Amino acid sequence: MNEPLPQDGPWEVERYELRAAPVHQFAANRREFVQALGAGLAVAVTFEVAQAQRGGNGEIKLSQRFEFLGNNLLVFTSKVEVGQGSRTQLTQAVAEELNWPLDKIKLVMADTESCPDDGGTAGSRTTPATVPAVRKAAAALNNYLVKLGVVKDEAAILEASRAGRNYQPFIIAELLKGKDIPAGLAAASEHVRLSPPSHWKVLGTSVAKTTGREVVTGQHKYPSDIQLPEMQYGKVLNPPSFGAKLVSIDLAPAEALDEVTVVRDGEFVGCVAKNSWQAKQAVAAIAATAKWEEVPQVSSEELFEHLKKTARPIGSGRDGPQVKSWGPFAKDVPYQNSWEFEGEYKIPYIQHAPLEPRAAVAEWQDGKLTVWTGTQQPGRVVGELKQVFRLNDDQVRVIVPDTGGGFGGKHSGEVAIEAAKLAKQAGKPVSLRWTREEEFTWAYFRPAGLIEVKARVRNGLLGMWYFTNYNAGSSALDTPYEVPNGSIRFLTTDSPLRQGSYRALASTANTFARESAMDELAEKAAVGSLEFRLSHLPDGRLKNVLLAATEKFRWQKGRSTRRMDKRGMGLACGTDKGSFVAACVEVEVVDKQIKVLSVTQAFECGAIQNPANLRSQVEGALVMGLGGALTEEIQFRDGKITNASFSEYIVPRMADVPELDIVLVNRPDLPSVGAGETPIIAIAPAIANAVYDAVGVRLRSLPLRIT
Amino acid sequence: MNGKDVTVTTVAARPLLDVLREELHLTGTKYGCGEGECGACTVLNGIVAIRSCITEVGDVAGAEITTIEGLAPRRELHAVQQAFIDKQAMQCGYCVPGQILTAVALLRAKPQATRAEIIEGMNGNLCRCCNYSNILAAVEQVAAQP
Repeated sequence: MNEPLPQDGPWEVERYELRAAPVHQFAANRREFVQALGAGLAVAVTFEVAQAQRGGNGEIKLSQRFEFLGNNLLVFTSKVEVGQGSRTQLTQAVAEELNWPLDKIKLVMADTESCPDDGGTAGSRTTPATVPAVRKAAAALNNYLVKLGVVKDEAAILEASRAGRNYQPFIIAELLKGKDIPAGLAAASEHVRLSPPSHWKVLGTSVAKTTGREVVTGQHKYPSDIQLPEMQYGKVLNPPSFGAKLVSIDLAPAEALDEVTVVRDGEFVGCVAKNSWQAKQAVAAIAATAKWEEVPQVSSEELFEHLKKTARPIGSGRDGPQVKSWGPFAKDVPYQNSWEFEGEYKIPYIQHAPLEPRAAVAEWQDGKLTVWTGTQQPGRVVGELKQVFRLNDDQVRVIVPDTGGGFGGKHSGEVAIEAAKLAKQAGKPVSLRWTREEEFTWAYFRPAGLIEVKARVRNGLLGMWYFTNYNAGSSALDTPYEVPNGSIRFLTTDSPLRQGSYRALASTANTFARESAMDELAEKAAVGSLEFRLSHLPDGRLKNVLLAATEKFRWQKGRSTRRMDKRGMGLACGTDKGSFVAACVEVEVVDKQIKVLSVTQAFECGAIQNPANLRSQVEGALVMGLGGALTEEIQFRDGKITNASFSEYIVPRMADVPELDIVLVNRPDLPSVGAGETPIIAIAPAIANAVYDAVGVRLRSLPLRIT
Repeated sequence: MNGKDVTVTTVAARPLLDVLREELHLTGTKYGCGEGECGACTVLNGIVAIRSCITEVGDVAGAEITTIEGLAPRRELHAVQQAFIDKQAMQCGYCVPGQILTAVALLRAKPQATRAEIIEGMNGNLCRCCNYSNILAAVEQVAAQP
């Protein structure tokens, strides 16, 4: 019974976007695994292709990782910068091991032609995997330079760079002139010695964003800013609803326009013109002639019923349920009929809504395709383009300029394929930028979920735990609390919307359900919320952050009674991807409106590599989580998203930010892990628990609303 | 346009944002929503912050427009730009040009804006990385300067 939960691989635990149902097909490749989604062309990539993108291409050589250019050291990585700070952090990593000034280290990121494959940017993997790989490479490079006699020893370099004379990079660049790093040297030798946190001089400090000046002057180029000579602008015709089939269309009104290229391939229809205004006019002209065959679609109101109804039974294969059971009575857990507690929790679809919608510029030259696009998975987008356009490895290049937000929402290459399709026919480079409405409709969503929790309590302690998640996902499905008997399940369903990864994946849903239930169970056991958790937690990191948060918040010992005076306090904690978070909040409820007054959140992710950036990530995740907790919910009816705009889909603004007290728990004795995701998971249940404390109303659905 | 006379011949109904980006190649001004809800496309019309995505280019003929590229044409940064670096008021940075120009207009109207006035004035600009604390700190830094 005690099977571990299967995982897709070390990079990501959930890959829903790979399982997205096709909507229509790309005529040229009908028999391939190539499908178009909605108006755009998206690809249901086979698992084999996805695996190949992740696995990397064998041992990375030193010469693949580094190159000297003038007085600069270029560092190559397939990781992308989407705001999480990877560019600065990896620059620090090199500087640390090489004793090299930060401003002479330039990262070349996510160019599939020139960068070694460190995998995509997901699952908080840059810190625990790529930073060590790059540090080892930098240390190996240092060893090589020492051996060459270019560098005498570490102390000498350090002294030179501190003194400001004998500026080391200049000397090295001079001595290395004309010499390349030998091709055979491995970048990941285990024999190099890395600087321990106690000796860190650059890591562990709040190095500012290396691109700060470009950002504040508007010179930083995002994917939507890429402009090439002769470039034109594209626009794609979208179906009126999910699953709608194009029956007929008259292209003549667009073809009659000056300097407009009309592209049709199967159900894919788009226009290219010399500016985006003309492209839009052209598409509007033919959209009026299009006839569509629409198909029935599930609407928001039927969502949770639908998820439960379509859940796949146990034993139904790879996409089937995942089960883990433990304890002497494990077999009996699902068949108990007397529970002290039963709760059902609902999580709606929400969207990442990065401020920069999907954008791509595609250029064909002599049969070779180059695409600049905002994606977290450049390697996978190469795979998608290869499949769609039947190209070889050396015929596709994807370059990811630093991108305006991702949050797990940019793992796919729809816009890259669309731009490439338009550019091929136009015979010129084409820029395609999705509108906000297109992003809200045709990008993917964080999965909705229905979670059932059942528990038995004996003598103030949990005796049995039964947790079933429909559709939301398996991240942080397992409880961190000690319970003698339990069974947890994740059941896949037929999701009515296209769903995919989101910051922290399903940890938010699972932690919301579990931490809400824990508060209800504490009340049943007549024990304080904090004490009930502590009595089920082993000594360790989660317990430590819970204590750090509650101490800073001055959480009253034994606090359990509801004050019912419109103000309430709540707490929650959780762990995922090796990091730990706990939040205490105070809310005020006036006229059924929930206002979060203050939040104290403690977070621990091992040795801190950049405290200022970590604080921004922890705060950013927390505040983003306020949206999912209080306002965000994708609404849909008859295959249309009915709130596809920022005026209807409400995300946090400056005035929504409560008083924040962030406690960063540094553990220099532990390896550093990623921090961009887990700090989002505790805020929603902490607020739900505080609302109950304030007004005695138990909210089990997100977003939290008192009706 | 950023202190220079510029002539563009185009459809008057085109959004100013598109003309800035596609005709004048000033890509510092960003698209975020197309409905004036997010502030990423903010530019200055004289001393007033406007949303270039919902401003027709025909309506600003003859106007004095400043984009992020024109805020500090020489090497020295504008005080608000410098404050955004000092306070690290950026994660992905995509919203930053709009945030800065909104703050510039706000501080011209209220040089000593209080925290409450700053929050009210900046509330129309979304930052999806939710780096609001640092953005607030940056604007406060400039408001506190004599």
